[in-house]
This record gives sequence, C-alpha cells and structure tokens, in this order.
Amino acid sequence: MTVKSLTRRGALGLFAAASATLTLGAPAQAQVDFSGRTIEWIIPFGTGGGSDTWARFNAPFLSRHLPGNPTVVVVNEPGGGSTRGTNLFAQRARPDGLTILGTSGSTQFPYLLGDPRVRYEYQDWSVVMVGPTGGVAYVSPSTGVESIEDVAKLQGQRLVYASQGATSLDLVPMLAFRLLGFDVNYVFGFGGRGDGRLAFERGEVNIDYQTSSAFINNVTPLVEEGKAVPLMSWGVLDADGVMQRDPTFPDLPILEEVYEMVHGEAPSGPMYDAYRAFNIAGFAAQKMVALPEGASDELVETYRQAWRDVFNDPEYLETFEAALGSYEQVTDGAADALFQAGTTIDPEVRAMVVDMLATEYNVRLGE
Amino acid sequence: MIDVFLTALANILTLQHLGYMMIGVIVGLMIGVFPGLGGIAGLSLMIPFLYGMETTMALAMLIGLVAVIPTSDTFASVLMGIPGSSASQATVLDGFPMAKRGEAARALSAAFFASLVGGLIGAVVLTGFVLIARPVILAFSSAELFMLSVFGLSMVGVLAGKSLVKGVAACALGLIIGSIGGAPATGEFRMVFGVDYLYDGIPLVIIGLGLFAVPEIVDLLRRDRSISEHTTLGAGWFDGIRDVARNWWLTLRCSGIGALIGAIPGLGGTVVDWIAYGHAVQSVKKDPQFGKGDVRGVIAPESANNAKEGGGLLPTLLFGIPGGGAMAVFLGGMVLLGIQPGPSMVGSNLDLTYTIVWSLALANVLGAGLCILLAIPISKLTLIPFKLLAPFMIAVICFAAFQATRSLDDLIVLLATGVLGVYMRRFGWPRPALLIGFVLATQAETYLYQAVQFYGWEFLTRTGVMIIMGITAGSIWLGLRARVSEATPAEILAVEARDTATGPAANIRARGAQIVFALVALAFFAVGIHDSLQQSFLGQVFPLIMASAGAIFTALVLVLLVVGKPNHVVSSDTEHEAQSEGIPLRSTFGALLWVALLVALTALAGFIIALVAFFIAFLRLRAKASWLMTAILTAGCTGFVLTLASALNMRFPGGLLQDLYRLPWPFS
Repeated sequence: MTVKSLTRRGALGLFAAASATLTLGAPAQAQVDFSGRTIEWIIPFGTGGGSDTWARFNAPFLSRHLPGNPTVVVVNEPGGGSTRGTNLFAQRARPDGLTILGTSGSTQFPYLLGDPRVRYEYQDWSVVMVGPTGGVAYVSPSTGVESIEDVAKLQGQRLVYASQGATSLDLVPMLAFRLLGFDVNYVFGFGGRGDGRLAFERGEVNIDYQTSSAFINNVTPLVEEGKAVPLMSWGVLDADGVMQRDPTFPDLPILEEVYEMVHGEAPSGPMYDAYRAFNIAGFAAQKMVALPEGASDELVETYRQAWRDVFNDPEYLETFEAALGSYEQVTDGAADALFQAGTTIDPEVRAMVVDMLATEYNVRLGE
Repeated sequence: MIDVFLTALANILTLQHLGYMMIGVIVGLMIGVFPGLGGIAGLSLMIPFLYGMETTMALAMLIGLVAVIPTSDTFASVLMGIPGSSASQATVLDGFPMAKRGEAARALSAAFFASLVGGLIGAVVLTGFVLIARPVILAFSSAELFMLSVFGLSMVGVLAGKSLVKGVAACALGLIIGSIGGAPATGEFRMVFGVDYLYDGIPLVIIGLGLFAVPEIVDLLRRDRSISEHTTLGAGWFDGIRDVARNWWLTLRCSGIGALIGAIPGLGGTVVDWIAYGHAVQSVKKDPQFGKGDVRGVIAPESANNAKEGGGLLPTLLFGIPGGGAMAVFLGGMVLLGIQPGPSMVGSNLDLTYTIVWSLALANVLGAGLCILLAIPISKLTLIPFKLLAPFMIAVICFAAFQATRSLDDLIVLLATGVLGVYMRRFGWPRPALLIGFVLATQAETYLYQAVQFYGWEFLTRTGVMIIMGITAGSIWLGLRARVSEATPAEILAVEARDTATGPAANIRARGAQIVFALVALAFFAVGIHDSLQQSFLGQVFPLIMASAGAIFTALVLVLLVVGKPNHVVSSDTEHEAQSEGIPLRSTFGALLWVALLVALTALAGFIIALVAFFIAFLRLRAKASWLMTAILTAGCTGFVLTLASALNMRFPGGLLQDLYRLPWPFS
C-alpha cells in the first residue's frame, strides 16, 4: 500500500513537472483550438445513471461550441462511490483541456466528510459549469398530515425512511428531519431513490424524498390519488447565496420556512450549517464540470465561452428540460459561487457531522 | 385497448423501424460476442447517433441492442466455456461439455432457438401482465424478496454435485466473498484490508470468469489438443432446433419463469439462469446427463435469460428501477430521448409500452436468427489446436475481466479466483454453489435486515412469504432427489479402488492435496469470523453466521476426508481419475503460470505491450509456432483489440511503466 502510494506520488511529481513546462508554453498560443482532437469527459459513475445521462446529454452541445469542434466522449470510470474515477482524474489529467471531469453530489460528499479514499482536492481545479437540481420531501397521509400546515403532527410520531446510506445524498433529508425534530427510523441498504419510493408505495415507509424529475413523474400521480402529501423542497440558491423556493415547486415551502413554522425562528447553529453545506453540495451545486489543476486562464475562458454558447443554443433550449428537468445550468460567476458554497465546510461542522454519523449510524470514515 | 394494440403494431411493422432495429441488433451482436462487453459498451458506441433521431426509431435501435446481448454472449459460453455475462453462466455447465464432444453447432442452435422462443413467450406473458404489473410488483416487499433469495439459495441442493456437504461449504464461501465491501445495514466495510478495490466488493463477472473460464483453459492447456475431441462437427444446427421442439414444455416453463422473475425488481436477473437450470435438473426425468453435456441444460437457462429481459422492462418502465445492467443502459437512453418512466407508461403512454415490449420480442427473433446462421462457421473454432487458441482465450478473459472496473486489480483478482476455480474443479467442490452464494449474498442480507426492520420477525407469516416458503420446501425435496452429479457412482468407485488400504493414515496419504485445500477454506472462514467480530451488530450478524456455518461444514468435509471409506463421495480428485485413465498431462502450474505471465507483464508495462510480449512468448516457447505464424497471430490479435478499443474509446489498465512515463494511446 505504502509502496504503491509512493510510486504514485513520484509519478505525480513527474506529471507536475511535465505540466509546468506545458503551461509555460501556453501563453504563446493566443487561441485555443481543438480541431481534430478528442476530449475525454471523465464521469466517475457507471453507464445509465443520472450523472452519465447528464454528461451524455451535454457532450454533443459542448462539442458543437468548443473551438475546432472536437469529439467529446464520455468515459465512465465508476467505483468507490465515484472516488476512484475522480482520484484518477486528479492524478493523471493534464491541464491541456483534453481531459475534463464531471462530478456529482456523491463526489462532493466524501470530500466534505474527509473520506480516506479521497485523494482529490476541489480547490485545485477550475470549475467551468455547474448543473443544479432539486428535491422534494413528502409523507404518507397515514401520518395524519394533510398539508404542510400539519407539520407539527409529525413530531413525536415514529417515521420510517428508506435510505441508501448515511453518507449518500440521503444525508440531506436526514439532517433536515433532524432540524425539524422528527423521530425517523432509517432503514438502510436501498439501491436507489426508486427503491425507496417503491417501499413508500407499499406502505413500508411513511416519509421519503425524490429528486425533482422523479417526483413529477412518479409521485405527482400519488399526490393526485391522495396517497402522498408533499412537504417541502430543498430550494435553490440565489445570486446572493440565499436559499429561495424552488421555481419548479413555487407552492412548496423550503426547509428554512418549515423550520420557522416549527421553531418560531430562522434556522441557525452548526446543525443548520451542516444541512446547508450538504444541501448545496448535493443539490444546488450537484453537477460540476472541472478542468484539472494548472489549467491556463485562456483554457478556462474557452470552456466558459463554450458553455455560454451552449446555453444559448436553440436546440439545447428546446431539449434540456425534457432530459435534465427545469434547472438552468450555469457558468461564470454563478457557477463559481455554487462551486465555492458546495465544496467548503467549516472544520467544526464537519467534525460534528462525522461524529454524529459515527455514534448514531456506525459510519467509520477515518480508518 | 384494441386501438392501443393497433397503434403499437403499426409503430413496429414499418420498414424504418425494422431497419433501425436491425442496426441495433448487428451492433449488439458484434459487441455481445465478446465476453465482458455488453449493453454498456454498445450504448457508448450508439449514443452519438441517437441525437436528432426520431424517438421511436432511436428506441428501436436501443432495443435491438439490448435484446441481442443475452443471446450473443452464448457463443463464448458454449464454445470456450467463458461465461460471456452473468446471464449465461449456467449455460457453460452443459454447453461447453457439448462443444468438447464436438456438438458445438447443436448446442448453439439449441441455445439460440430457445432464446428466440423465450423472447417471444416473454412478450406474450408481458402483454397481459403489464396491466396488472404495478400491484403485483408492489406486492413483493423486502420480506418476499428475502424469501426469494432463500429460494435461489436452495438451488444449491440441486447443483451441489456429488457431496452436499461440500456444496453447502462452497455456497458459504460464496456468501462470504459476496459480503466483502460495504455492509447493507450500516455501510461499514468488511474484509477490505485497506485495499481500495475491495470497498465495492468483487465484481460478479470476475468471479464467473475465474471460476469457470480459467480452470477450463488450464485443463485444455494440460491436455494439449483442440476443444472438440472429434475432428468433425457431428451434429448440425438442425438437431438443436429439434431439441428445443422436443422439449417445448420445458422451454415454455423456463420462459415463464424468466419473464416473471425478471419482472420483480431487486432480485436481479443474475440468478434467473441458475433457477431455470435448477428447475430443469429437478424436473427432467428421462435420462438426465446434466453437467456432462445435456442439451436441456442449455435450453433451460437460454430460454429464461431472454424472457428475463422482457420482464426486466416492467420495473424499468413503470417505476424507473432498472432490473440489471442492460436495463440501466436502456433507462439512460430513454431519459436522453425525453421519455420519463412512471405510471403514465400503463396509462396515456400504454401504446409506447407495447411498442417497446413487442419490439424487444421482434429484436429477439432477428438476433437469434442471425446467431443461428453464424453458429456453424463460428463453431469451427473448436477444431483449432488449443495451443494456438489458448493465447487468444487468455487475452480475451483478461480483456473481459478488466471491463469490470478497468484496473489492474481486476486481473489480479481474476488470477486469484482462477486458482480457486482450478482447485475447486479438481477436488469436486461445486463451483455453481459458490456462484449462487456470491450472487445472493447481498440480496439475502439486505432484504432480511429490511424485512425485520419493517415487519419484525412476523414477516415470516406474510402470505407471500409462506407461499414462496412452500415452493422452496418443494424445490429442496425435489432437488435432493435429482442432484446434478459431475461423476457417476461407478466413477467414484473407480477413483479410489486402487487404494485398498483403509484407515485415517492411509486416507491422509492418499488425500493430502484435498485436505490441504479444505484447510485453506477453513482458514478463510476463520478470517471471515475474525473480521466480522470487529463490526457492529448489524454489520457482523450475517457474515458471522455464514462463516461459522461454512467453517462447520468444511470441518465436516475434513473429518470425512480423514476417516471416510475409500469410496466416500466427499473424496474426489480428478488427478487420480486422469492417472487411472492414463492420459498424459502437463503441469497445472505451468498452465496457470501462462495466465499469470500476462497479468504480471500488464502490471509492468500495461496491457498492450504485455499482450504483444505474451503472444510472442507463448507462441514461440509453448506452441513452438514458426516466426511467421507468431507474427501473423500476434498482429491479428493486437490489431483486433486496438480496433475494438478505439471504436469504443476504451482505456487499458496501465502498469509500472505508465506510472513512470506518459505514453501516447494505446500504451497509456
């Protein structure tokens, strides 16, 4: 193990030296041109999942708007809850613009939690695009709740939630329920949110959340039949860094509002800070496109320009909603703000979450 | 209702639709023939073309691709004993012995025709089932799914071979290997020993390749002849079709089983072929030759695994939960096309659902038809002297193995499971039992934990659970009556008849190698028990019980080996059989070393350089081929791998060289 990491480090040093020479030569080239080149877009997840679909949707548009129209291929490198492919990128990608990375909430979470498998550092990279998404929590009418006004009824009841794991995106609802003082029994080992929804439909669990598109397609019919009651959305981050209602669900309050309904004051304190950090990392800034360490300013600008052009492409505007849901992907300042908010956490807040996961859910991260 | 049918039919039966589907089928066939490559590789090849295509046409292409994969991977299973994907593992058991007997064409055509029928029956079942599928799928809670895993595990009784004790021990071995990685209830990591690779658990495809393909390659290398014992391919493809027609009732039953089990999300398609195979073993009365090349052992899993794809469509379309790898790909493709799964698929979009279900059936017919045509020319592979074929096969299994996670660790684990497979084969430890344990380990543990959480232990009294429990009990009873045996009693008697001395001392001398193997297994269980004791209660309870059971049964094997009579079923060593038959054999180590050589070279210089060096070394030193022949074969294989890799945009695992120097593709 040590030998392996030593050679890796040695190799890393060589790469750093090589990339230094490259960046030195870069300013001479005024214009970046990718004609005839192939750009590998590393996706640290398997084929067919959300991140893969997201990248495959975006790839042809990126190809169309990068100078020289390079071929953009999606390279799946799954494993280790996305840490493997991301480590590979951190270790090997050269800052020549030919290798880019697509991350997701599951890449941000282990980084924020200090998972020992993480050997990547977000702050080394340049994030050129961020794709937000949203989620909605809902409960079964068997809880006696008919609308969010009845939220007080949920306190003191035994609620059951089907979870994919305490360190997955389900950490966000877990922290939210905690802030609201719900007594939730988490049953782990679910393969995905779809399986959790199935358990909800069977009546095995009475509280659940789904990402926006899954909620619209699969839970809305249940709401219409009176078999599910929407509670709140995770909200979106505005330009000033304030959580706002999700425009997809304008009638649903966000956790911050529900917290006030329950506790009579705006949320604050380390638990809320933790919720906010993981909520942004998991939803508002879920998908990120990163260039490796050492990418020149020209290169970053080239990619930003490409994304600006993608967002104005009429075909993109026509199709993105069906494939990705109604959340607008962003670049430039907005992307930077989301990137910063989604990849930083106060060390004390992190320690508190890690400690909570260890004592209550037997999660051991620092082995 | 009628107009929904008509709309769907009109969608399917257009020339355009059929044309695009054919493109999908051909691409899928070309990729699926290669072990380890499946729908995922096909999708990445196809995605760029999906843009700008009309939805139903793009869908037709996707379906063509998905449908043909479980059909085309049969080539490798039958001809080379390499399980092409998890769907065709059971096919190896009888398909490969048939190929060795010179009946490759018959086995293949029976498999393809069974696939074709299975796909069609699957579609018929689904046409009606789709309307009631939602409540039925919802009726399968974690409790029922746990009971279904137990049902799957009960197949060990059927597939245990000569000795049930060894079967249970092997199954426990599989359960423990399957529990490596994150615990379902707590997420804590078990038996990972700080190795990153083990955190995700060992991929199924590697276990399959290691247990089945490596031992066959080693055995063939030792015997040094072609795969087929005969120089002509006796039975042709017409016999295969006749075999299916003769066993139409079995085909029908297995197709139904495949469609229904495929439709239940959570159990996954990975055990369908084993359940169908086990069912065939239990129910076939007339002259069963399972494990030695019984065509019914090919028909059963093949008819089930194609029907399964149709079944897997239901949870994918209705709930957005993909049943397996291929369905995950299909789901991703659907979302890209702007089709969102959900209840609307049995409501306003019902015609689309029928279009998809029937397209799948039609694609099955096209795919299986093409495969039948290809069966005869491709079966000729089994006539090639094995020393010329071997380097290709070793390269193919390594290539297939690193499709799992694309790292060198894949190859190392392949080698390790390969060694395990070689000795399990030699000492009569049933490999299917291990595989079933491995596949069901996570499911059994997860669903048991969830069922107890949701329902308490009263879950055992749920109606669904009781019904499945009854079926399981019946299956065990039937299974114990009709077990697959890799050897007849006469053979068992013959093996050790030469050893007239009895008593423990003589036994230990005669069975030393077997005893050492059992001791190694015992040590592994001890490690499992030790590791589980470090975990929290929910993380330890399952592996602790399984490892303890495994240890007890292995200890029993040991006791029987030491004190058992000379002809006791627990004792089995194919080396003794070979010796008594007087077949000259080369060393096992020599054969394994060749596989190890490719892995070691890859670790040093990366896959492509290793491949070239390995081919030259093998062909010159082992096959004693001329330089010209060596050059042609090496260039041919390398060229083929490179073409495939560049078309699929694939990377090769790198070695030390790649860590030190940055090299251009394909050396990187």
